[in-house]
Amino acid sequence: MPLALFIFLAALAIISSLGVVIQRNPVHSLLALVMTLLVIAVLFIGLGAVTVGFLQAIVYAGAIMVLFLFVIWLLNLQVEERPVGHLALKFFGAIAAAALVAELFLFFAHAHPTLAAKQLAPGYGSLASLASVLFKDYLVAFEATSVLLLVAVVGAVAIARRPGPSEPGASGVKTGAAS
Amino acid sequence: MTVPYSWVMALSAAIFVIGVAGVLLRRNVLVMFMSIELMLNAVNLAFVALARRLGSMDGQVIVFFVMTVAAAEAAVGLGIIISMFRNRETVNADELNLLRW
Repeated sequence: MPLALFIFLAALAIISSLGVVIQRNPVHSLLALVMTLLVIAVLFIGLGAVTVGFLQAIVYAGAIMVLFLFVIWLLNLQVEERPVGHLALKFFGAIAAAALVAELFLFFAHAHPTLAAKQLAPGYGSLASLASVLFKDYLVAFEATSVLLLVAVVGAVAIARRPGPSEPGASGVKTGAAS
Repeated sequence: MTVPYSWVMALSAAIFVIGVAGVLLRRNVLVMFMSIELMLNAVNLAFVALARRLGSMDGQVIVFFVMTVAAAEAAVGLGIIISMFRNRETVNADELNLLRW
């Protein structure tokens, strides 16, 4: 990846991820997040992780972000008014963030080898090489992942659905108001 | 001219810190959730850069797993947010203080 391209993409990623935090409208935050994810996908491809980059664009920037968008629409979120108070929290948050950035930059500034330090194997980052590692060395973790996704889907449905008419918590009684 | 891998790590660190700041500063639960996704992606970027540097595929496989866990987390977390909104009619983290001691 040429250096100029990397700097352009890095600036784009930082600007759009700042947009996630700064935008008042949740939909604008989400669009900035999609932008960030797509830029990171391009960075992945530039760093040799072609398959993972496409997965990032399709699964992350596509599927997961659509899920977020549906929830924003479902909750009918409006532009939030300027939050009151929390000045101390903002102050210390900004200081802590600046300190963390400074520390991490100092930490990484000490090493300057270029990315192409090792000779890459042919087909590095391709679907075949990813699959051969995934289905040989990480097979157990892969199967555990499928169980995790199943549990997550069942759990999400169980948490988010409305209780039926014959169950406790139904007929408009708010469980939060009861306490 | 190739990119120094420390630059990629610095970009990853910057995005991670922006995500931390988002969780700390924003009160909207959904935006806090988006900031968590931002942090996950920053770590993914570091994994890919280091995998490239070490010439191994292991880092990319980890990114694959992180993506899966993020999908599961998004599904469950958004379900919790919908359930919370149904009961309390708010997504403001300051008003969701039922469990506060």
